[in-house]
Amino acid sequence: MDGTLEKMYVAPSPHIRDKHTTQRIMADVLIALLPAAAAAVYFYGASALLLMAASVAAAVLAEYVWQKANRQRVTVSDLSAAVTGLLLAFNMPASAPVWMPVIGAVFAIIIVKQLFGGLGHNFINPALAARGALMASWPSHMTSFVMPGADAVSSATPLGMIKEGAGTFADVTARFSLTDVLTGRIPGCLGEVSAVLLLAGGIYLIARKVIQPRIPVAMLGSMIVMLWIFGGEGGLFSASAYAVLYQVACGGAVLGAVFMATDYATTPVTPVGQWIFGAGAGVLAVIIRLLGTYPEGVSYAILLMNVAAPLIEKLTRPTPFGVQKPAGKKAGGSAA
Amino acid sequence: MNETVEKKSLGQIFMNGILDENPTFRLVLGTCPTLAVTTSVENGIGMGLAATFVLVGSNYVVSLLKNFIPDEVRIPGYVVIIATFVTVAQLLMQAYLPDLNASLGLFVPLIVVNCIILARAEAFANKNSALHSVMDGLGMGLGFTLAITLISAIREILGGGTFLGHSLFGEGFEPMTFFALAPGGFIIFGLMIAIVNWLSTKFKRSVN
Repeated sequence: MDGTLEKMYVAPSPHIRDKHTTQRIMADVLIALLPAAAAAVYFYGASALLLMAASVAAAVLAEYVWQKANRQRVTVSDLSAAVTGLLLAFNMPASAPVWMPVIGAVFAIIIVKQLFGGLGHNFINPALAARGALMASWPSHMTSFVMPGADAVSSATPLGMIKEGAGTFADVTARFSLTDVLTGRIPGCLGEVSAVLLLAGGIYLIARKVIQPRIPVAMLGSMIVMLWIFGGEGGLFSASAYAVLYQVACGGAVLGAVFMATDYATTPVTPVGQWIFGAGAGVLAVIIRLLGTYPEGVSYAILLMNVAAPLIEKLTRPTPFGVQKPAGKKAGGSAA
Repeated sequence: MNETVEKKSLGQIFMNGILDENPTFRLVLGTCPTLAVTTSVENGIGMGLAATFVLVGSNYVVSLLKNFIPDEVRIPGYVVIIATFVTVAQLLMQAYLPDLNASLGLFVPLIVVNCIILARAEAFANKNSALHSVMDGLGMGLGFTLAITLISAIREILGGGTFLGHSLFGEGFEPMTFFALAPGGFIIFGLMIAIVNWLSTKFKRSVN
C-alpha cells in the first residue's frame, strides 16, 4: 500500500466536484434519442424496434463478454455501450436483416472501442466506424430504404433522388415536402427520420449541459453555407433558402451533428477546436454529398474529422497563463 | 541484427525466420504486399513463393559478392541483384502462371522494393557465408509466405466466403466484403500481430 500511495498526488486547488457521471451523461443521451427512436418505430413499425433491440443487446453483450474474458471491471452499467448500439441501429434502414446490427455492434465495441482501451480511448466514433464497415460489406442492405408504413414499399431517399438526378429538385419536393422531411415521413435510416425530434433531443442535451452547442452549430451552419453556395441547380449561390433547409434536414446531418460529432472521446476539447471540428465536418459532408458517389456523406465527414481531432487540438492548445509566448510566433500556433 | 554464423546452426537460422523474427509478424517488414495482395489465398501463396525465390537468390549472390562490392555503393548493388531475380521471377510467372501474374499485377515488379529482401541482404547476407545466407533467405521467405497465406485465408473466408476459390458456405451466405477491402486488411493484420505477440509471450512464460 505504501508504494502505491507515494505514486498518488493531489493536484493544486481548486478541486471541482461534478455530479455528472458517465452513467448520468449516457442516460441523458439515451433520453435525448428516445423521441427519435419512438418516431422510427411509429413510421417503420416492429422491424425498427427489433433492429434497435438487437443492436443495443449485441453492443452491451459484446462489452460484457470482452471485459469478463479479459478480467477487467465490467462497465456495461455506464450505458455507453447501449448508446453505441442505439446510434448504430439509427444508421440502418428498417429493411436491414437483423444480423447486420449485431455484427456491426460487435465490431464497434470490440474492434473500435475495446481494442483501443475502452471508453474514452477510441479514436473514432464506434457507431460510425461500424456503419462504415457495414456499408463496405453489404451496401445493398444498407441502402435499400423503404417508405414508412406497414407495406414496406422500397423507395429512394430524397437525397438519393437528388443525387441520381431523378427529376428536378421540384420533383423531389413534390414527392416529399419539407414538412415530411422534418417530421420523418420519408424513407431513410431509422435515425434520419425526424429532424425535429432529433433537434429536440439536442436541445435537451444542451440544456442538461451534456454537450456544448459549438460542434452542432458549426457543423449545421457550415453545411448551410456550403449548400447555399454550391447546392443550387443553376450555379453558385442559386440555391433557395427552402432548398438549403430541405437538404440540411434530409439525411444524417442532424443526427450526426447532434449525437455523433459531439462524442467526447473523438472530438477536440478546446472551444476553438470544436468550432473547427464542426465546420470541417459540415464542409466535408457537403463535398461528399455533391461530388462523391454516395448521396450522403455525413458519416464519412465525421470519421475524417475524428482522425483529425488530435491535430486540431494540438493547433488550438491555449497558452497557459503566465507563459511567455515564443518570440515571432503566434499564440498557441506552431509551438508544437 | 548482428547475427554471427558461429553461434547458430542452419536449422536455427531457418526457424528464426519462421518464428522468432517472422518478417511479417515480428519485424513488421514488407507490409505493402502483406496488405495489398492478401485478398485471396492463391495470391498470398503466389506472392510469398515469388518473394522467397527472390530472397534466396539475392541472399546467395549478395553473400558471394560481399567482399567485392564497395561499402559506399552496396545498396545500389543489392538493388541491382534483387531486380535481376525479380525479373527472372516475373518472366517465369508470365510464362507458366499467367493468371497469377495478372492477379498480382504491379506487385510482382514491386518485390524489388520489398524491404524484407533488402533488410536480409543488409543485415544477414552481407555478413555471413553463402550457405547460411541461403538458409536465412529460405526461412525468412517461408515465414513471410506462411504469414501472408494465413492473413489471406482469413480475409478470403470472411470477405469472400471462399477458400482457394471454392465456396464454403453455400449460396445464402453474404460475405463481409469489408475484410476484402483495405481497412479490413489493416484490421486483420493488426489483430494477427497482436495474437502472435500474445501467444509468444505466453509461450516464453511457460518455458521459463
